[in-house]
Amino acid sequence: MGYEILFFIEVLVGGLLSGVMYSLVALGFVLIYKASGVFNFAQGAMVFFAVLSLVGFMELGLPFWAALPVTVVLMVGVGMATERFVLRPLVNQNEDTLLMATIGLAFVLEGLAQLAWGVEVRRLDLGIPDVPIMWLADLTGIFVSTLDITIGVVASVMVAVLALVFSRTKVGLGLRAVADSHAAALSIGIPLKHIWVMVWAAAGIVALTAGMLWGARSGVQFALVGIALKALPVLIIGGFTSVPGVIVAGLIVGAFEKLAEVYIGPYFGGGIEGWAPYMLAVVFLMFRSEGLFGERIIRRV
Amino acid sequence: MLYRQAGTFKTSYAQDQRLLPLRQDRTMMVALLLLAFAVIPFSASAYWLSAILIPWLALSVVAMGQNILMGYAGQLSLGSAGFMAAGAFACYNLMLRVDGLPFVVAVLLSGLIAAAIGIVFGLPSLRVRGLYLAVATLASQFFIVWVIDKFGWFKNYDTSGIITTQDIVMFGHIFASPAETYLVVLTFVVALTWLAMNMAKGSVGRNWQAVRDMDVAAEVMGLSLLRTKLQAFAISSFYCGVGGALFAFTYLKSVEPAAFDINLSFRILFMVIIGGLGTILGSFLGAGFILLFPVFLNILFHAIFGKAVDATITSALEQVIFGVLIILFMIYEPLGMAKLWQNFLDRMRRWPFRR
Repeated sequence: MGYEILFFIEVLVGGLLSGVMYSLVALGFVLIYKASGVFNFAQGAMVFFAVLSLVGFMELGLPFWAALPVTVVLMVGVGMATERFVLRPLVNQNEDTLLMATIGLAFVLEGLAQLAWGVEVRRLDLGIPDVPIMWLADLTGIFVSTLDITIGVVASVMVAVLALVFSRTKVGLGLRAVADSHAAALSIGIPLKHIWVMVWAAAGIVALTAGMLWGARSGVQFALVGIALKALPVLIIGGFTSVPGVIVAGLIVGAFEKLAEVYIGPYFGGGIEGWAPYMLAVVFLMFRSEGLFGERIIRRV
Repeated sequence: MLYRQAGTFKTSYAQDQRLLPLRQDRTMMVALLLLAFAVIPFSASAYWLSAILIPWLALSVVAMGQNILMGYAGQLSLGSAGFMAAGAFACYNLMLRVDGLPFVVAVLLSGLIAAAIGIVFGLPSLRVRGLYLAVATLASQFFIVWVIDKFGWFKNYDTSGIITTQDIVMFGHIFASPAETYLVVLTFVVALTWLAMNMAKGSVGRNWQAVRDMDVAAEVMGLSLLRTKLQAFAISSFYCGVGGALFAFTYLKSVEPAAFDINLSFRILFMVIIGGLGTILGSFLGAGFILLFPVFLNILFHAIFGKAVDATITSALEQVIFGVLIILFMIYEPLGMAKLWQNFLDRMRRWPFRR
């Protein structure tokens, strides 16, 4: 293949892979938004808290296969505490109030993580190599590692499972009802408390997964919290309420970001990565204001 | 009893349209202004003036801008620090390239420049609302800071990374001492607050609130959403730009893009939320709270733990307490500190009765 095309494909693949990672983080957002109508600003902090705790437990001596379930239990605990102390007092408040409360929650989690485990950067070794697969590179000239493939597979599986849960199961239907209106869902007997604990715990596990994969790739450090901001364009383009949209949008954002940086960046001296996804999101918004797959919102006076 | 509307008789339209119809409000305002202009510059220490009062006043202007956009017009925005940066760098460049430009003119012009940028980035508000709009404003935040960083012209091709601001010169006098700088900022703040109060009370403010409460109905009634929303963005960006210029010139004494990052945007958001959305007083209360709270916590920790505590631990603890406070505010008083003050005034109205 010509060098130009090969280079383009390489950048594209790199972009798609990083896009998948954004999708993982965005998945947690969509999960909570679709199930409780709350935009969880604390998702990034949850990713950070989860993976930092995992690494912290491992440092305390637990082997990986013991630390993992302990962290899962911890995240379930975080979900229960969030439901009890943040969500329950704010049932049926308007969404801005809930958004602010989740911002407060984000601060609490960030601070707690640093208090408990300290601020040094840590490495996370999942045992999955992050070196390019040689035979694949020789064959096609594209550099993809086992870790990349694992990330792609994990993300696809999670998206598929969650999409099925939301659209086919009774639980999923109940979750969507709750997202529509807390008061109405309560009035027909949907057990809000249990549902919320379940959803936030699930989001915590999604956060842990995302955190593990991000941590394996770039180390466990405070900057992980900023990843959540990167997930926002993904949510806009895919729609806040669509699980499959998350993957599609993640791929789009990742690819666009890398391609823009490589092909348009040099004209401006680089650094476009920081705002290009947001510009893309704004452009998308002008044409399709609920995202590619989001629910069309009908507002009544 | 102490604070009441009874006994206020208006005999002319002018009296009816006053900004502060109650005598107690007017008395409080006069006392406050006397305190601010005549007492504080002579009695406050240099530390209080330059480290606490000046940044508080500058940030209150920005918080007012954010309040106009979020509280009155209901447009969720996370880009205030970007407009602050625009205002600060505009002011720096104006003072650099236009000889003998008075500081006042430079600040007002940079506000206008920020307002123009605000209109451009406010265009998405015509299509989207709520959280989607917030993400669109994030685009403005990142983009503006990137532009200032990338194109060396804004920084006058300075390579040291720290650009000191020029002196504040007006009428041939250099305002350099803390007290003088404080008075300059105070004058700006009083003028802008008066303007904001007038806008909030007048038809401009009512248009904004109509758009905030139910924009579909407002449009049906005949309000031009385009004009109202873009006006809100323009005026809000003006305030943020002026506030940013003041913040850079009187407090930071330097301009650098990194000072106006997304964290500052979030801090301003908190100022407005905790202070009270949709109130002018809330901007001041919120700015004071966010500014003073870390200082207060620091003092508290030093008093309790002494020097033995690591700085990272205190900052992490501060974060946790801050987050808890936000959650508590949202649960118990989502309308913020301005509402707490309002509750107090209501009790004064009924005192000595309880309810």
